Amino acid sequence: MKRTSIRRAVVPGIAVLVLALSGCAAGNDDSGDGSSSSGALSGTLNGGGSSAQESAQGAWRAGFQSANDAVTVNYDPVGSGTGRENFISGAYVFAGSDSALSTDEGELDKATERCGGASPIEVPAYVSPIAVVYNLEGVDSLQLSAPLVAEIFDGKVTTWNDPLIADQNPDADLPDTTITPVHRSDDSGTTSNFTDYLEKAGEGKWTYPHDGVWPIKGGESGDGTSGLVAAVKAGDGTIGYADESQAGDLGVAALKVGSEYNLPTAEGAAKVLAESPRTEGRDPVDMAIDVDRTATDSGAYPLMLTSYLIACQTYDSASDADLVKGYLAYVVSEEGQQAAADQAGSAPLDSKLQQEAAGIVDKIAAK
Amino acid sequence: MSATELAVQDVNASLRLAQPKLPRWAPALVGVLAVAAAGLPALLLGWGVVPWLILAGVVFLVALPLWSLAVENRRAAVDRLMTSLVWTTFGIAMIPLIWLIWTVVKNGASVISVEFLTYDMRNIIGPGGGIYHALLGTLLVTGAAALISVPVGLFAAIYLVEYGKGSRLATWVTFLVDVMTGIPSIVAGLFALALFVLIFGPEIRLGFGGSVALSLLMIPVVVRSTEEMLRLVPDDLREASYALGVPKWRTITKVVLPTSLGGIITGVMLAVARVIGETAPLLVVAGKTDSVNLNLFSERMTTLPVYIYYQFTQPGIAPAGTGGEAPGIARAWGAALVLIAIVMVLNLIARIVGKIYAPKKG
Amino acid sequence: MSATPSLAPPDGGPQVDPAAARTPRSRGDRAFAGTARAAGIAILVALAGVFVFLTLEGLPGLSQSADTYTPNTSFLSYVAPLLFGTVLAAVLALLLAVPFAFGIALFISHYAPRRLAVPVAYVVDLLAAVPSVVFGLWGARSLAPYLVGAHDWLAAHLGWLPFFEGPASVTGRTVFTAGIVLAIMILPIITAISREIFAQTPRLNEEAALALGATRWAMIRLTVFPYARSGMVSAVMLGLGRALGETMAVAMVLSASPVVTLNLISNTNPATIASNIASSFTEATPAKLHVLIATGLVLFAFTFVVNFAARWIVGRSQRRMAR
Repeated sequence: MKRTSIRRAVVPGIAVLVLALSGCAAGNDDSGDGSSSSGALSGTLNGGGSSAQESAQGAWRAGFQSANDAVTVNYDPVGSGTGRENFISGAYVFAGSDSALSTDEGELDKATERCGGASPIEVPAYVSPIAVVYNLEGVDSLQLSAPLVAEIFDGKVTTWNDPLIADQNPDADLPDTTITPVHRSDDSGTTSNFTDYLEKAGEGKWTYPHDGVWPIKGGESGDGTSGLVAAVKAGDGTIGYADESQAGDLGVAALKVGSEYNLPTAEGAAKVLAESPRTEGRDPVDMAIDVDRTATDSGAYPLMLTSYLIACQTYDSASDADLVKGYLAYVVSEEGQQAAADQAGSAPLDSKLQQEAAGIVDKIAAK
Repeated sequence: MSATELAVQDVNASLRLAQPKLPRWAPALVGVLAVAAAGLPALLLGWGVVPWLILAGVVFLVALPLWSLAVENRRAAVDRLMTSLVWTTFGIAMIPLIWLIWTVVKNGASVISVEFLTYDMRNIIGPGGGIYHALLGTLLVTGAAALISVPVGLFAAIYLVEYGKGSRLATWVTFLVDVMTGIPSIVAGLFALALFVLIFGPEIRLGFGGSVALSLLMIPVVVRSTEEMLRLVPDDLREASYALGVPKWRTITKVVLPTSLGGIITGVMLAVARVIGETAPLLVVAGKTDSVNLNLFSERMTTLPVYIYYQFTQPGIAPAGTGGEAPGIARAWGAALVLIAIVMVLNLIARIVGKIYAPKKG
Repeated sequence: MSATPSLAPPDGGPQVDPAAARTPRSRGDRAFAGTARAAGIAILVALAGVFVFLTLEGLPGLSQSADTYTPNTSFLSYVAPLLFGTVLAAVLALLLAVPFAFGIALFISHYAPRRLAVPVAYVVDLLAAVPSVVFGLWGARSLAPYLVGAHDWLAAHLGWLPFFEGPASVTGRTVFTAGIVLAIMILPIITAISREIFAQTPRLNEEAALALGATRWAMIRLTVFPYARSGMVSAVMLGLGRALGETMAVAMVLSASPVVTLNLISNTNPATIASNIASSFTEATPAKLHVLIATGLVLFAFTFVVNFAARWIVGRSQRRMAR
């Protein structure tokens, strides 16, 4: 008899549970009452891509949704490649990507096709200086040139008291600890930008192609920025590269730019980006940038990750167009860039770039 | 077979009626002596606690069986050795278990609060926020996955054990279930996504897709464990039931299943535990959102593991100058603790239900 | 012996099905049997779907341009280190976990006093619930630094073995550590299933053995193990499945590189197929995605072979026992 009573209780029990769950929104959501709703936009905007942008996207979502109660923005941090692919297939209304749409794999053409024949919009939205981080007891400041960084990561310079390092750091008391270079084991935009920097600024000391996958076999590695930082922290004599905002209490090396050594700064990265040439053969709405890794301006910092937002100029649905326009306009606005800087440690765009991007985003319209 | 073998072996032993036996306190004595003996070199050579204990364990494992061999007989010595080994494995294995659980509790407990459990991450910048959306997402997605895979897995196992013996279909199912254990979870996610994209078009992202992906991972565990448990039900029970004129399907539901219920529940709970922590397939097909979504069949849904993963890998930045951790780290530990607690509670409920339904053993 | 579970009838001969032998089957019976068969077929269909998907998406990955396979140049050289790493990590995990898992299962079912057995069983189950992300974190942050000393010791004292050749990693994020983490992850699966199976040993057999003067170990060896053999293999296979397919924990703990090496304690370790998919997937181009799915296909095929071999070995040993 006991059995049947339990069985009988199960169905209503589940029903009650479902009702109870569906009845309540989260404690901090008060959008249900409708009286205080602000902003003219409503609906759901779905995008995704670069996982490096995730923190910044969090800040942008929060800012945009606060101003527009009835809007929900979703961003899947599935990775740049998948993001671009999903944008082309129409799964995402906008995408975030650590590299611009490439021409050699026909991506740009496909994206143009997806956008009804008009060139897709690409605006730099998230610029993050990459720091060369190290963990070496007794050494608080370190100065390195790009060729030397290349030799260290290539395994040519193996101890910290190597004369090549000592030459650039006359004041440091360098121990004879073995250098353990740490690279990213995953495919990442950070690695791609780091190797691009070594290739272009390394004066021939870096003989590998630039790639999102670390091109050298062997050596210590970590998965993702967090894994790499953890690995650098775990050993003595380690050196790696990571988003400057995640360096934490690790030592950060100053890189040789022109005749001075510069620590990574948001201003330095924004400055280099503003001075860098555009990728050739692109539409004016496509702000793909070839970062000038050999910039020599005072205070410049040419080692950084530039992540783009990709969208169409026109959308079939008016609500999509309004949402994308509204969201992207917020992202590239001064307010949006500052929000990302506070939350994700990114470098706000230089005002000239920012205004150009805002002008491009403003053109988004429904068909 | 075993009985005859034993009998032959034991002929000699049983002739002597009273065998010498070690006293009850022998293991304790050897244990104390082993720790003391290992302490000597440990102190002399300045070892840490860990090598000391390792050496003590080894000394104990050698000394007790040797003593037993000298006083008792070979079989008793082997028995002593195996008993010590079983206890040792237990002791060693408990170390990482407790260490791990303690780590999670230590880091997670301070985060848990009413706010943490009832807030979502919508419009949260910096610290604060909660896991409400991910909590509901996990319950719904995993629940739906269990709803799919438990019946399918259970019936498939019943087919394999009760109906399909020797048939070609059964052989194939058995093989393929084994192979299914080797599907990388992300492949299951990509497959589910491809399936739903094929039906609904490229924009589709839905919580139920995650359930489908998870059930691909769950089914083999359910089938395999249930199959083994059903096989262990003695045929005598089935035959007794048939002899009473009970139809086969009533025999299965009333005799076979209740007899093996405990094991089946363990298997199902293992399967749930296996998938409730999955990240990658859910991100691919169910996406990620900051807001609460209770509809499995439309729009994105966040689950706890996805939440944990992105709070860890994208923790935001630590408050300047404090040297503290980024706000995401604490949220992630808290969410991990909640996730473990959920599985623990589910496990407990399943066990209680199992107790109620299980046949009384006389 | 009739109660001994058998995976396949020894000679494939007709089995006498007691229910089928009697008169017409009722409608309930037919419906029930139909449902059961449908479930079996549903699994077949689902798997066929996954397999077709894998093949369609994976085959193009076999012949992409060379730079897709950076830093290797062809699919074979890309997948070989991964497969090697997968096997190495899984074997290591099984070697560590299996003795402990059976030990704990026996402890719970036959050795521990009941007051201790129930909570221990519960704690072990609890461990199965820990998400792999947490295992990864614990492994990388707590366990790995702690094992650095052990790495140094192994390199210094057992360095003549190829496994411990060194130089010892300074961070402890090696395949050795990953193997331990994996072992802890699969321990609860193997333990939980084999514990249930050990507990199902017929009481009469056990008591008969004890009555004949068997020690507890002899009783276990003679009654529990033969009875549980098939289930033990199943449990190990499920554990192996998890070890082979584990992604996050391995990705987070391992310092990975695309190389083949037996050295367990250096900072250069082969990644596993599943962890490589997880860590490369996010930034993969469509071409690379095909390659990754193709590696998934390889893992799939490998699991197939392993399970096939295991079934075959079990089947053979059982036939020998039956004789």
